[in-house]
Order: sequence, then C-alpha cells, then structure tokens
Amino acid sequence: MTLIIILVALLVVAALVTVMAARIMWAAIALAATSAVLTILMFRLDAPLAAVFELSVCAGLIPAIFISTISLTRRLTPENLAQRKREKLRQYALLPLLIILAAVVLVRSHLALDFPPPPPAQETDVRNVLWNLRHIDLVGQIVVLMGAAFAVVVLLKELKRDK
Amino acid sequence: MTSEAASLFSICGIGVVLALLVGFYGLLTTRNLIRTLIAVEILVKGATFLIIVAGYCVGQIALAQALAITLIIIEVAVIVVALGVVLCIHKQSDSIDTKTVENLKG
Repeated sequence: MTLIIILVALLVVAALVTVMAARIMWAAIALAATSAVLTILMFRLDAPLAAVFELSVCAGLIPAIFISTISLTRRLTPENLAQRKREKLRQYALLPLLIILAAVVLVRSHLALDFPPPPPAQETDVRNVLWNLRHIDLVGQIVVLMGAAFAVVVLLKELKRDK
Repeated sequence: MTSEAASLFSICGIGVVLALLVGFYGLLTTRNLIRTLIAVEILVKGATFLIIVAGYCVGQIALAQALAITLIIIEVAVIVVALGVVLCIHKQSDSIDTKTVENLKG
C-alpha cells in the first residue's frame, strides 16, 4: 500500500510538472514521465496488458508525436521565453497550493465507500474479454484508427497544397 | 468490496481527482493549442487510472483492461488528428495562440 501511495503522489507531481513546465518540450517529456508512473501503477494493480499499451503508446508514441509537432512550429525568442516564464509563474503560482489543499480536504473527508458487493467476475482473462465479450470494441477501434489515418492524410495534403 | 479494496480505491480516487484538477486547471488557463492537448492528455490519464482502479477493486480487472486499451486507442487517434489540425492552424496564422486564431469565430 505504501508503494501505491508513493506512486499516486508521483503521478500527481508529474502531472503538475507537465502542466507547469515553461517550455512545451519539457511538458511533452514530463507527459511521458506521467505515463511511465501510470504504467507502474497499472502493473501493481494486475493490469499488465493495459500497462504495456500505456508504456508503448502513451509514454512512447504520443510524446514523440508531440515533440515532432513542436519541432515543426516556431521556436520562442529569449525575450518571449522570459515573458512566458513570468506569465506562467503568475498563472500557476496557486496551482500547487490548490492541489495540496484539495488533497488535505479529500484525505480528511474519509470518503464513505459503501458499494454493494460486485457480482463474481465472469471472465478473468483479458484476451477472452477482448475477443469474445468486447469484440465490437475492436471493430470500433479499427474504425477510429482508420478514420484518424484518413484525417491525417487529408490534413497533410492540405499542408502540402498550401506550400 | 473488502476494506482493503475500499482503502485502495480511496487513495487512488484522491490521486485521480487531483490529476483531473491539474488537467482542468491547465486546460482553462493556457492559450497555447499544444498545451491544451497536453492538458487533455492528463485528463485522459486520470480517466484511464480510474477505470483500472475500479476494475481492480470490484474484481473485474480483465474487463477494465479491455476498456483501458480501447480508451488508449481512441486517445491516440484524437491526439494525432488534433495535432494535425494544430499544424494546419500554425501554417495558416503562424501562431498556435488561441487569441490569434480568429478564423473560426462566428
């Protein structure tokens, strides 16, 4: 349980760093760190397949896409960066305090979790769930991925035409 | 739900609420389109974590994993398309600041 508490605290801190980073590049790297912490939590909670997906896709692919997009946009000048840092300090100065306050309130409120007992698990193997119970989800995933690929092709064509 | 599962759900639930709070704050305060997407990512991570914790606590971790995988796939698709749109906006207006993007205003 102690490890879970430490990991949950790390997750919140990594999310804070992601949002508060002055440079977007650092924010993308902190996002990967957040995903890595979430991956460890998923492993601890007996969800290895979802953890592998989280690690490879959310900690690997998505930050890589963010970083390539950031590298295609204009870099901030040193003056703009200094101004941005001042702005961010003003915007986010209260955020860590707000998070600590919310954490204290939530811990002290002792959430009463009196759920009815769940039905016994019908299926314990994720492969069976994916292929037998939730196979429509797989069709949906394929449609979403094909739609995204098509949209990206159209958007890149637009970009090329503009050049 | 056993008392151990309930305490685990409480601890992880607090983490989820805090992560969602951070994501919403980032979403509301930034004007940069890429930072907006990063804040959305934080929100989705909170939701994914909540699904896994709930599945673990009620003994339906296989179903939770299947749902989390679906969520991750949708997240990737949304982010990739949104970043493509951001690149197009940057090409059109040479900026990714929401204040300078006025073409979509009615």
